Amino acid sequence: MIYQPNPIRQLFIEQPQNILSVYFTAGYPSLQDTVSTIETLQAAGVNLIEIGIPFSDPIADGETIQQSSQQALQNGMNLTLLFEQLANIRQTVHIPLILMGYMNPILQFGVEKFCKKCFETGINGLIIPDLPMAEYLQTYKSLFAQYQLENIFLITPQTEDERIRLIDTNTQGFIYMVSSASVTGAKQGISNSQLTYFQRIKAMNLQNPLLIGFGIGNASTFQTACHYANGAIIGSAFIKAVGAKEGKLEEKIKNFITSIKAL
Amino acid sequence: MNYTVNEQGYYGQFGGAYIPEMLYPNIKELQQSYLTLINEPTFQAEFQDLLTNYVGRPTPLYYAKRLSATYHCHIFLKREDLCHTGAHKINNTIGQILVAQRLGKKKIIAETGAGQHGVATATVCALMGMECMVYMGKHDMERQKPNVERMKILGATVVPATSGSQTLKDATNEAMRHWINNPTDTHYIIGSVVGPHPYPDMVARFQAVISAEIRKQLKAQINRELPDYVVACVGGGSNAAGAFYHFLDEPTVQLVAVEAGGKGVQSGLSAATTALGRMGILHGSKTILMQTEDGQVIEPYSISAGLDYPGIGPIHAHLYDTQRAVFVNVTDDEAMQAGFSLSKTEGIIPAIETAHAFAALDQLEFKKSDVVVVNLSGRGDKDLETYIRYKNQQL
Repeated sequence: MIYQPNPIRQLFIEQPQNILSVYFTAGYPSLQDTVSTIETLQAAGVNLIEIGIPFSDPIADGETIQQSSQQALQNGMNLTLLFEQLANIRQTVHIPLILMGYMNPILQFGVEKFCKKCFETGINGLIIPDLPMAEYLQTYKSLFAQYQLENIFLITPQTEDERIRLIDTNTQGFIYMVSSASVTGAKQGISNSQLTYFQRIKAMNLQNPLLIGFGIGNASTFQTACHYANGAIIGSAFIKAVGAKEGKLEEKIKNFITSIKAL
Repeated sequence: MNYTVNEQGYYGQFGGAYIPEMLYPNIKELQQSYLTLINEPTFQAEFQDLLTNYVGRPTPLYYAKRLSATYHCHIFLKREDLCHTGAHKINNTIGQILVAQRLGKKKIIAETGAGQHGVATATVCALMGMECMVYMGKHDMERQKPNVERMKILGATVVPATSGSQTLKDATNEAMRHWINNPTDTHYIIGSVVGPHPYPDMVARFQAVISAEIRKQLKAQINRELPDYVVACVGGGSNAAGAFYHFLDEPTVQLVAVEAGGKGVQSGLSAATTALGRMGILHGSKTILMQTEDGQVIEPYSISAGLDYPGIGPIHAHLYDTQRAVFVNVTDDEAMQAGFSLSKTEGIIPAIETAHAFAALDQLEFKKSDVVVVNLSGRGDKDLETYIRYKNQQL
């Protein structure tokens, strides 16, 4: 059998630089915005999309994503509805799609049923921040593989090299480089100690591509991230932009993406 | 059957460490070092010295004659309410601050519900000269004002948690986020047997002094080490874990865990986790959790801020699952009545959390010869306002 790279890895083969990945919360700002958000992001030139599954207690997230999650839950979002909304997404969207969410809603939905639904929907990868690597390797790795789902791991400035190497051997998607010791949320610029960390990881020559996330929220921080990694992930800043009261959703999305790619 | 934690951090199918990568180095450091640290002779010497001379241990095991007559059995009260700061919580904070010092941490954070753990944390931080920040649900700050003021006098910063139900669960979320943002210089003193491994085991070990003393004191007083019942209230479950710990492998001892029924289990306003919950993951461990069908955590309700938590510690989930402990629940009203009743029969005003344990005595059938230990986990001074308001409503 010829090795077929998964669609996430294929993306990095085709475009190794300046990858822009955007996170948004499903069902936010309005319940029915999920599909149009994805389609508009693709049309605006985004390379990869992380669809957030809202959870009541998102401990790795800052205020912005806590609020968008809370709003999405109030709007009535849940996994069953999300898969219904995404049922025909692959008729219009061809870029890689990742689901990002906490473990408990997935556990209650049924992990295998969840993986199967992801496969049928055309989801390519998963980011589950509170699923630790040991638990993944022991309990879920073969299940994810069966349904062709890449598990994306996070690394932080505190992650030891040995563990980064272990993560590198256990994913074929990309490595999510958390830019600083923090929860999600746009911060002021990028510090020197962060640059040292970016350089350290870059010098490790990992087999996986790297995307930098947490605190990336404008053209300048996006550019810096792209200098040290294959691209960057924007979440909270995007949520803030689409959460603004004025304007149509499509316009807000297009304007935001244009502003990121401005430099 | 094994009721303590295994090497992977599990109690049967419950427990584990479901944490984001950002917390991994801190949790791993604790996992690797906590047993070695707390078993060191110098640690034990300092811990025991502080428990004796600062906390005031051993706390009395008091034979409650009038209460025993009411229930036609022999009831002993383990007087954790007489600990410095008024509850069992300080057993754990003393232990954890010694761990934090040995890990070279400079700052302490904590979550608190009723404020007892916050006060106990602020106290040991003052004692050791460490900076202290306590997250407390905004709603809890309003109903436990005296404890907020106590923490401030002790030099702690009290940060209101304004998300969700603004109670203990949300304070815990905020504390975990703070730890993610400050991983290197800060230790998080979790106040109950909840959270990722090794917290449930570490906290249980520090609280286990309660049951160790009960055994000794029973032996000295009635020449038998084992009671027939041990009764304790459960929010997250630290006082219960401590009171049960040295009886876990004694099958003749019936363990009774009392949850907060709130306005009634079926009322929609309850914190009776085992009655209403099912397996789920919250705050880093797999446990029994009150949640919607979709896995969103349900906001619990109880008149007592300390029992107002949607989960229970994984050790208790395991004790429930294996039926090693009996889980019962009592309503707000039953707990309040029991609080007033204990005040009048024994001259002890219990914390409203603790009053739940006493209310549960009505649900148990005792033989005349039965020896029953109730863990009197905290005193009611902090709850005076709730007692007064409740009394006025009844008039």
